Amino acid sequence: MRPVDLPSRATNHSRRRRAAYRRYGGVAIAGVMVAPLLAACGQGGASTQNGVPVVNWYIGAQAGGWIENAISTCNAQNKGKFIIKERELPARATDQREQIVRRLAANDASVDLVGMDVIWTAEFANAGWLYPFPEAGRAKVSDGVLKGPLESGTYQGKLYAAPFTSNTQLLWYRKDKTSAPGKDFTWGQMVDQAVAKHLKVQIQGAQAESLTVTFNTLLESAGGTFVNDAGKGANASIGLAQAPTVAALAALKKLASSSAADPELNTANEDSSRAAFEKGGSLYEINYPFIYPSAAAVPGLQENLGWARYPEVIAGKPSRPPLGGFNIGISSHSKRKALDVQAATCIVQPSNQLFAAEKGGNPPTLSALYDKIDKKIYPFASVMRESINDAAPRPVSPAYNDLSLAVQETLVPLASINPPKTAKDLRSLAKQALKSEAVL
Amino acid sequence: MTTVAEAPTTTASAGGHRRKQQLTDRDKQERRLGLRLVAPAVIVMLAVTVYPICYSIWLSIQRYNLRFPDDRKYVWFSNYGRILSSAHFWQVMSNTFIIVVISVVIELILGMALALFMHRATFGRNVVRTAILLPYGIITVVSAFAFQFAVSPSIGGFWHLTSPPLNNHSTSLFVIILTEVWKTTPFMSLLLLAGLATVPNDYVEAAKVDGANAWQRLIRVIVPNMRAAILVAVLFRTLDAVRIFDTVFIQTRGANNTATLSQLGYNQLISQLNLGLGSAVSVLLFLIVIFVAVVFVKGFKTDLGQVRGER
Repeated sequence: MRPVDLPSRATNHSRRRRAAYRRYGGVAIAGVMVAPLLAACGQGGASTQNGVPVVNWYIGAQAGGWIENAISTCNAQNKGKFIIKERELPARATDQREQIVRRLAANDASVDLVGMDVIWTAEFANAGWLYPFPEAGRAKVSDGVLKGPLESGTYQGKLYAAPFTSNTQLLWYRKDKTSAPGKDFTWGQMVDQAVAKHLKVQIQGAQAESLTVTFNTLLESAGGTFVNDAGKGANASIGLAQAPTVAALAALKKLASSSAADPELNTANEDSSRAAFEKGGSLYEINYPFIYPSAAAVPGLQENLGWARYPEVIAGKPSRPPLGGFNIGISSHSKRKALDVQAATCIVQPSNQLFAAEKGGNPPTLSALYDKIDKKIYPFASVMRESINDAAPRPVSPAYNDLSLAVQETLVPLASINPPKTAKDLRSLAKQALKSEAVL
Repeated sequence: MTTVAEAPTTTASAGGHRRKQQLTDRDKQERRLGLRLVAPAVIVMLAVTVYPICYSIWLSIQRYNLRFPDDRKYVWFSNYGRILSSAHFWQVMSNTFIIVVISVVIELILGMALALFMHRATFGRNVVRTAILLPYGIITVVSAFAFQFAVSPSIGGFWHLTSPPLNNHSTSLFVIILTEVWKTTPFMSLLLLAGLATVPNDYVEAAKVDGANAWQRLIRVIVPNMRAAILVAVLFRTLDAVRIFDTVFIQTRGANNTATLSQLGYNQLISQLNLGLGSAVSVLLFLIVIFVAVVFVKGFKTDLGQVRGER
């Protein structure tokens, strides 16, 4: 009797086991499938605080409190309408871009405003991540804005980012060691003088965006262009005509292979150039104006610090200084675009720009403000305005990031540049980069 | 089911007639139960490894860049062609190769010495072992920063006279390799120590009686008997080193042409959002890893099942 009985018990067991497996196995599969969805849902969007809509502003960490000032000003002016909240991105521009690009590409609806480096406009707009400023509100953020900064926020005729702050590099020199650079002062003269005096010239040679800034400036100053009709996107064509490209590369090579080059040139970024200049032993430095307030901390430096426009590459041909700064874009995934336009318009208002200039060292984009700036803090305001107005923006191309990497890849190390050959290599790599097909 | 219960069985295991009959049935049941027990793990593995691998192979045959959403099409193997014909890729390959070969060789020799030392240490054994293993307990990012700071002229104490090492290609690679060696030699020596412990002492004693000196005992007796452990140690380290990312990312970020394969993949995928080209790089890296594993396992002619060390 029992032998017959046992298997049936086993069958019972197995049925129970199978049922259990089905139950738990199902839970396991469901868990695996649903987990990513839940993670995606966690982002939310269109949040409120005490019933007031929150506008999330993603922007890189900035010193000087000018972001916080803009936010508190606008929140006070728009009580009950919206609350702007800062969502901090990393301090380095490359890291900022990496993080915000991932959110935008993943259609993150929690992003409302984006604090954008001037070089991101074309890339973000082309990818469909930005909402263009409506015609009606456009004048409010573009009237009275300097030409370069306005162009930097524009792509294919539409304004995608409200110009907030601008920036450019000046030629800084030690008044106690040399006289003021005269008219048509060239890059070559700068290097020769430093070599003759056994002193250094500080520029940014690190394999990073700052190198592209320097290269593009020298190229444009020599009369060249990087990309023709950059606005056409992948249908644009690479400029980089031989003569100006060789002139720009020769200028870089001249400094890098001379005794005026800092030993740390290949890793020098804006901040390490500043530190190296402050240490002494340098005659010239090419850098943004943040170095001026910083020089006050070094005894005897600030009063001996002189400034001039970016040196020329070809004598008699005015230089085209670089253009930096932050614009405010509106994410196309945002759920409250009308509020975002109001918030962005509020952020870029003159008083906020003035604060950003005086406390954060970021020059304004509104031309009129240069007359109002405190001259004690900004004694170089007029040469700044002139430089920004004549500045050459980096190519407004959707593939800008690739183009910049192509430059960094080809030019490093600076001392090994062979101008005619490097120009040819750069042109062929840039052609691939423009189609975002280069392996970089 | 009942028919199975009636069937006679030849199973040798002891027990009454009833039990014998029931065992075959139980065997089947248990096999089935076993499959069910591993099923969740298999499903999870499929979801987290096989699916992403197939997905990236699928991505790698497309032109697909999140920055150019409208321009998506199948390009078959042209992404691979573009990568293999790019000078940058071969620079990256050679960097990775240099780092792998030099660091693994140094780690093997140094790791073996440390393992012998730990094996022989007569007093303060625990202290010695802890001291040797300490670097391995430190997060790679932290050790990368530590070495970066150590060689920086403004922060660290070395290299005041010459140009800073992270300033040019070959010295940057040197610092990266140094960091890797410092960080992972303990891992190597730990695996080798486990292998040393499996070498029967009788063999060593016998060799001693036969008049073999210390070097001969090491090369002729100890090393051949711990071949499997050496294979595991070298294989794991090589696969790890091929995928090197964090140290380079922290110390140079690929500046001075020091980028590695993983970093190329990262740049393409994360920074450029170029899913097609980036996935192709990842697939190539995956193939290289498989190739290395196969070559090692075949080359050493050892049953990996003997020694199973997990990192």
